[in-house]
Amino acid sequence: MSALSKEETEALIQEVLEVYPEKAQKDRAKHLAVNDQSLEKSNKCITSNRKSLPGVMTIRGCAYAGSKGVVWGPIKDMIHISHGPVGCGQYSRAGRRNYYVGTTGVNTFGTMNFTSDFQEKDIVFGGDKKLAKLIDEIEDLFPLNKGISIQSECPIGLIGDDIEAVAKQKNKEHEKPVVPVRCEGFRGVSQSLGHHIANDAIRDWILPNRDNDNSFEGTPYDVAVIGDYNIGGDAWASRTLLEEMGLRVVAQWSGDGTVAEMENTPKVKLNLIHCYRSMNYIARHMEEKYEIPWIEYNFFGPTKIAESLRKIASHFDDKIKAGAEKVIKRYEAEYNAVIAKFRPRLEGKRVMLYVGGLRPRHVIGAYEDLGMEVVGTGYEFAHNDDYDRTIKEMGNATLLYDDVTGYEFEEFVKKVKPDLIGSGIKEKYIFQKMGVPFRQMHSWDYSGPYHGYDGFAIFARDMDMTLNNPCWNNIKAPWKQDAAEDVAVAAGA
Amino acid sequence: MPSIMLRHRDDGKLLFYVAKKDLEETVESLEFDSPEKWGGEVVLGDGSRYYFEPMEPPKIPITLRAKRL
Repeated sequence: MSALSKEETEALIQEVLEVYPEKAQKDRAKHLAVNDQSLEKSNKCITSNRKSLPGVMTIRGCAYAGSKGVVWGPIKDMIHISHGPVGCGQYSRAGRRNYYVGTTGVNTFGTMNFTSDFQEKDIVFGGDKKLAKLIDEIEDLFPLNKGISIQSECPIGLIGDDIEAVAKQKNKEHEKPVVPVRCEGFRGVSQSLGHHIANDAIRDWILPNRDNDNSFEGTPYDVAVIGDYNIGGDAWASRTLLEEMGLRVVAQWSGDGTVAEMENTPKVKLNLIHCYRSMNYIARHMEEKYEIPWIEYNFFGPTKIAESLRKIASHFDDKIKAGAEKVIKRYEAEYNAVIAKFRPRLEGKRVMLYVGGLRPRHVIGAYEDLGMEVVGTGYEFAHNDDYDRTIKEMGNATLLYDDVTGYEFEEFVKKVKPDLIGSGIKEKYIFQKMGVPFRQMHSWDYSGPYHGYDGFAIFARDMDMTLNNPCWNNIKAPWKQDAAEDVAVAAGA
Repeated sequence: MPSIMLRHRDDGKLLFYVAKKDLEETVESLEFDSPEKWGGEVVLGDGSRYYFEPMEPPKIPITLRAKRL
């Protein structure tokens, strides 16, 4: 199917909206748009970061997911207590595949689940005593932890526990950071507020810890990688490139990151933001308080990598600029070989994305490098500043959908007929059963890394593996296949 | 009175950011912008207007309170 025109896309949105009651229709219409590159500002065409409509199948998460799952969880040498009932922590345990180096249970705790396992009596009588006891137990059992964060689940806010008081007391007792995070799941409309709350907690409880400590020896080439969660090793693939061009990566926020790295971040010269949505808050804070400039970059696909490397280098001297060119040159043969191998197999294929954070716009470049076209994209929890950045990346008359509902997404796919869908695990099996190739783009479908030149090779291989998998020819039941195909099968056998 | 984060963009223009409202706009004009006096009425790219109490020129980036006009 050829690309839709602007009118056709608008008609498609209208058609999909048709089934809703009038009020819901009005609300949802604001969240669906046809991309128009001439627009400077996204608020002219799309509304975002609003409460999901009751009764529709939203794909969003909660504030606890944003704080514990995204921002705090990957900090490997801290213990993150899921404070409240056991489920929130257990069912999200290790799902995001934030890789790290260390001995789990001894000096790193990334894939473990710590919870206060609230029971009825804790709700009735309060859970502060239990929390205090839990922290003491952690100190006995895991003495090598470098700090503890208390990630509140919904009941903590509802019953009004004073976790800050417990945190302050234990902080004094154990002389380690004990951070209360007020990320109860009911706060805000999506996980996005959880990111903000988590950033604010880091700002208040971690960042100033070494303000008067000058023992850290800086260099003029110190940078921090912010908003890279090392999913499947992403941050490592990014880090090698930065180090090769002559920079020193002082901190990784927060994939494979440590408390010490975070505390030393105010000493760097430049903050590099990959996931703008979840960590721009802390970057803005550091710019104001410590005068550290920040820039956004994109390490998906060779075109964007080269662009980003040059952009990063432009903030440094000629040595780094030459370093950036050297890195690009060094990998040239490698990525050209990847493109030469996979582009003919993927050329002209059309992709629809629906993810969160940075990917709906960042991966577009990588697909384009492979000759593919992104015909629809959307975010679970973006704000308007994300859509501002997306409009320029997407082609004209392509679909934009904010907080898309299960129904809308399915209908769009039926009409637009993309060759590949990139979204989350909840969508995966629906679309696979519909016979559409699918990649789970939240944690790279258990593959990765996808960042950097090394990641691009894996990205290309994975997309090819999914799209050109022979299983898609066998979706139709044998008795439903028409006669012509039968003959072809018989001839082939 | 929202808190506003001000920072310079790459092209030197002032960027006006209100976290609570997801508003990220460039400052098109500022009433007082001299070494002695800074502030007054600001007009943003989308046409909305805010008011800063006039003061000594602040060191940007900075978070300031502004009144919505």
